[in-house]
Amino acid sequence: MTRMPKWADVILTPLISLVLAMAISALVILAIGESPTVALTTMIDGALGSSYGWGFTLYYATNFIFTGLAVMVAYHASLFNIGGEGQAAMGGLGVALVLLSLPLPHWALALPVAMIGAALFGAAWALIPAWLQAKRGSHIVITTIMFNFIAAAALNYVLVNLMRPVGSMDPASARFPDATHLPKLSDMALALGFEWGKNTPVNISFFVAVIACVLVWLLIWRSRLGFEIRAFGKSEPAALYAGINPVRITVIAMLISGGLAGLMAINNVMGEAERLVLNAVEGAGFIGIAVALMGRNHPVGVFLAALLFGFLYQGGGELALWTSIPRELIVVIQALVILFTGALDNMVRMPLERMFLAMRKKGA
Amino acid sequence: MDLNTVLQILDSAVRLMTPLLLACLAGLYSERAGVFDIGLEGKMLMAAFSAATVAALTGNVWLGLMAGLLGALLLSAIHGIASITFRGNQLISGVAINFLASGLTVLLGQKIFGLGGRTPSLTPGAELEAQVSPFRGWLSGITGPEGAAALTAAPRFGDVTLPFAETLRGVPVIGPLYAEVISGHSILVYVAFLMVPLTWWVLYRTRFGLRLRAVGENPASVDTAGVSVTRLRFAAVAIAGLLCGLAGAYLATGLSAGFVKEMTAGRGFIALAALIFAKWRPWGALGATFLFGLLEALANRYPNLDLGIVTVPSMFMNALPYILTVIILAGFVGRAIPPRAGGEPYVKER
Repeated sequence: MTRMPKWADVILTPLISLVLAMAISALVILAIGESPTVALTTMIDGALGSSYGWGFTLYYATNFIFTGLAVMVAYHASLFNIGGEGQAAMGGLGVALVLLSLPLPHWALALPVAMIGAALFGAAWALIPAWLQAKRGSHIVITTIMFNFIAAAALNYVLVNLMRPVGSMDPASARFPDATHLPKLSDMALALGFEWGKNTPVNISFFVAVIACVLVWLLIWRSRLGFEIRAFGKSEPAALYAGINPVRITVIAMLISGGLAGLMAINNVMGEAERLVLNAVEGAGFIGIAVALMGRNHPVGVFLAALLFGFLYQGGGELALWTSIPRELIVVIQALVILFTGALDNMVRMPLERMFLAMRKKGA
Repeated sequence: MDLNTVLQILDSAVRLMTPLLLACLAGLYSERAGVFDIGLEGKMLMAAFSAATVAALTGNVWLGLMAGLLGALLLSAIHGIASITFRGNQLISGVAINFLASGLTVLLGQKIFGLGGRTPSLTPGAELEAQVSPFRGWLSGITGPEGAAALTAAPRFGDVTLPFAETLRGVPVIGPLYAEVISGHSILVYVAFLMVPLTWWVLYRTRFGLRLRAVGENPASVDTAGVSVTRLRFAAVAIAGLLCGLAGAYLATGLSAGFVKEMTAGRGFIALAALIFAKWRPWGALGATFLFGLLEALANRYPNLDLGIVTVPSMFMNALPYILTVIILAGFVGRAIPPRAGGEPYVKER
């Protein structure tokens, strides 16, 4: 028996969780002596009030779509991939190696090749935790956390000792060749004859992210593999009984997850920085967790939640610029969203279920 | 490497392992009771911030310690409510707690001190004096100026010199070892080391400990015996909070002089790694955290460790705890088996 209509489960519970998270954030803002309404209008103005703001909001959202999808795919196999941060960092290394070593004449060729590099490196970084979980029963949450730190150390080493151009003090790779620079959305708008989002980093990767949403939807709900992933996630014994190989599904789900996280690098490394810098991921891997939870593990939800977090990110930057509220406010909001939509889900759900049950009794 | 260098490295290892040991024991109580805790990092960070803040405002390190314990307990309460009362996902709750601490500490720190998220330095000076003087003024109304001056004079934990440290210094090997490595740490270091036998005793020699371990392996059996699973798990989570509180307070008011943004720097996760390394046992925790403390001390002293044939970069030394933990988890070198009911919310049969 379902106690709640589907719309309540899919729309109402995340909305209530979001409202609760926002209400507490407002209290936090009040507590540090600022005005929540001023904060909100500053954020909306800065993130959505101009094409410049939108340019950044969509740029951040592109990152979060990739990492959110990564968490989501693993979640359907009942695996909690907390290693998006490390996988995205490794994806960046993949992009940098491909672009710096292959003479790619045009971005239209460089993009698919870089995507392969990014996805391969991200997937490879997820492979060992996946294999250890499937074969040796090592908890994937712990191993992926460890791999985040190992990735950070490895990248630090590679950038300082191997990829740093001679004579440079900066722990960063050389710039990628000009031919491989991805077209920005602002350039595309200019080509179409209007000015939009000048000097913003949002680029063609945004469309790749949107396509990725569609493909992931097809994968999870319209393919045999997706069915196996979901069946495995719902009940491992049942999946085993149906002839689904748990080792195979665990490894494949994590490879796809890691690959998606790695793909983020075409946006931040190839599209924006145009070279590999230290700590390029900037926590986007972790935001993927909030995005997937908030988006109820559905690509449409992930897309919307990524937009929301893109807005929070850009708005948070504007807050730090125009008010005395530090940027870290968005970290608090992010924490509260994860807390309410993820860990305190039952707190929101239980009274709602009771309410719907009572309404149904009255109606009958 | 002469004896003096070895002693210095050991001394630094003891200092660096202390927060790891306390956090590791915190995780041990929680996970032995069946509640996964990846929020050790956040709780430590919150404790470090509250301890440094109150110590800077009052000039009294003990009040700071109290605040640190309270700060960590508050986050423990959130973890308990989410994962025990509402049977939420313990891992997600832990992630949320880490972010909450990392955001709130900067937000509140900026509000209180306006120093970009750090607290004033706790070493005596004009910066600290400006913070402490209002409290001292208020206090002198109660205790008189001399009492107020005495109560606000110690914003940091000083080093404790153990008895006979100087007299024994002349004894070869043991003397310097005692004077340099064992003596001369802040009181919290000794508290941390005492926690190891204490934890062993509580877990294996008391009724509470037996029930705590049982609730992490098979909560239904504990419930059948008429003992509240909820209460036991809350107790374990609260103890974990207190130990994280000690760890954070030591970081900010013992090891360093004040709080800086993200000062825990992944120590909560290294403690988690140490817990796995120790196979969820108190004496093992001592060994594992000493090893990881030693690695950190070595990496600090030799950024590029030259072993003759190869040069080991500091990045590798820093990553070594994580690599070792993955190897241990893989079960190739001694298998680490977690408590059986870990991570699962307990649902009472109806």
